Amino acid sequence: MKTIVPFGPQHPVLPEPIHLNLEVENEIVTGAIPAIGYVHRGLEKLCEIRDFNQMIQVCERVCGICSAIHAQCYCQCIEEMMGVEVPDRARYLRTIWGELHRMHSHLLWLGLFADSFGFESLFMQCWKIREKVMDIMEATTGNRVVISVNIVGGVRRNLDPEQIRWVLSELKFVEEGVKSVEAALLEDYTVKRRLKGKGVLTKEDALLLGAAGPTLRGSNVAQDMRQLGYAAYGEIGFEPVVEPDGDSYSRNKVRFRETLQSIELVRRAIDKLPEGDISVKVKGRPEGEVYHRVEQPRGECVYYLRGNGSKNLERLRIRTPTFANIPPLLTMLPGSELADVPVLILSIDPCVSCTER
Amino acid sequence: MKMSSNVIKNFLSKSSTRLYPFEVRDPFDACRYELYNDIEECIFCGNCQRTCPSQCITVDKTSGVWDCDPFACVYCSICVEACPVHCLHQKKTHREPATERQMIHMQGTPPQPKKKAKKTQKDDNHESNA
Repeated sequence: MKTIVPFGPQHPVLPEPIHLNLEVENEIVTGAIPAIGYVHRGLEKLCEIRDFNQMIQVCERVCGICSAIHAQCYCQCIEEMMGVEVPDRARYLRTIWGELHRMHSHLLWLGLFADSFGFESLFMQCWKIREKVMDIMEATTGNRVVISVNIVGGVRRNLDPEQIRWVLSELKFVEEGVKSVEAALLEDYTVKRRLKGKGVLTKEDALLLGAAGPTLRGSNVAQDMRQLGYAAYGEIGFEPVVEPDGDSYSRNKVRFRETLQSIELVRRAIDKLPEGDISVKVKGRPEGEVYHRVEQPRGECVYYLRGNGSKNLERLRIRTPTFANIPPLLTMLPGSELADVPVLILSIDPCVSCTER
Repeated sequence: MKMSSNVIKNFLSKSSTRLYPFEVRDPFDACRYELYNDIEECIFCGNCQRTCPSQCITVDKTSGVWDCDPFACVYCSICVEACPVHCLHQKKTHREPATERQMIHMQGTPPQPKKKAKKTQKDDNHESNA
């Protein structure tokens, strides 16, 4: 007998509201219908009343967890539109703060994911490590999460040699911490039982449904927007992390390995950090159309901007990775047990505020 | 079982959390919390009001009033950087919890008529540049 089980919008495992109507037959999910729209704030429309400089702060608030990368993408769009050449040091600093954001986002997710399959002490451990990353951000930029360092033409804060030494020493603790949870996250018997072979997304499905980010790379597709070489990624060398199986365990492993990779990328960027200015003065107003992509912790994020030469933008359109990952989620759910649904939903790292803006 | 070594280590090491509010960590040098204005030095040019992304600052040049809504402020410090006389600062401590909603209201001396003429010129220049 078929039953409809409503899941969400308020659920202990969900950090943000998303609703799913699950079609269940004998505790096995046979279908799912999603409903979003609980946290729509109309941020895109704000571009009509805030000027293009003030919109940076609005874009940062599209998503709390990857705020620096949203602002970076928006600034890169405006710079492309106005033909501004950003100083090299600013590009490297953007990379450093972007990777710190990825690190803290992944650590947050690893904790939440552990919590979703009932591993409370692992959740606490991951968030304890994350606190070090938050400290690095607060000490270098002034704020913990919404660091607001990006401006059109560069960045607002600089790193002095003493800070760089401190950041590198703190990163050592972060790396040790991440490595200390590796065995629990990837080799533990109960964790493997909950994740291996659950919610399999094949390579063909992932490509067909347009999955993004770790969900896509967990299905053996080596696609990462950082390969485009924006900011300093082209110069510090970057290889996407790929796992072959396409199940929850693969997605977990991709994010775990990406955390370690981010630490390495920050080190490389600091190693090659060039001297010089951190911003250039920008004159004029944006005019024309620009389309730009960056890699967020959750996947590919697309910004489309249209300016008409006035201080306000005519149109701002943001496409976020979670939106791309909802159709793959709906193909993962059928065939899984009802008890596995929270784990599968979290395995795509849903950021609902991003999706609804 | 793979978590056991971490659990034992955590048992034997000191606590990772602090007994807040009895024990407070020193703020970092770069941190930016509550906004305040050295109202005696303020020239009421209104740059902070114009650049603020959350529009939490209101400046009244004629009466010399500088208001800020700390609940709308996003602590981005853009106004601090935009201030031409550097009278805006950000404290290194958070606001204390309170039972009443407290706004920041500052009353200063409005600019003298002589200086006023100069400032309006400056403002005009600024606007034309922008």
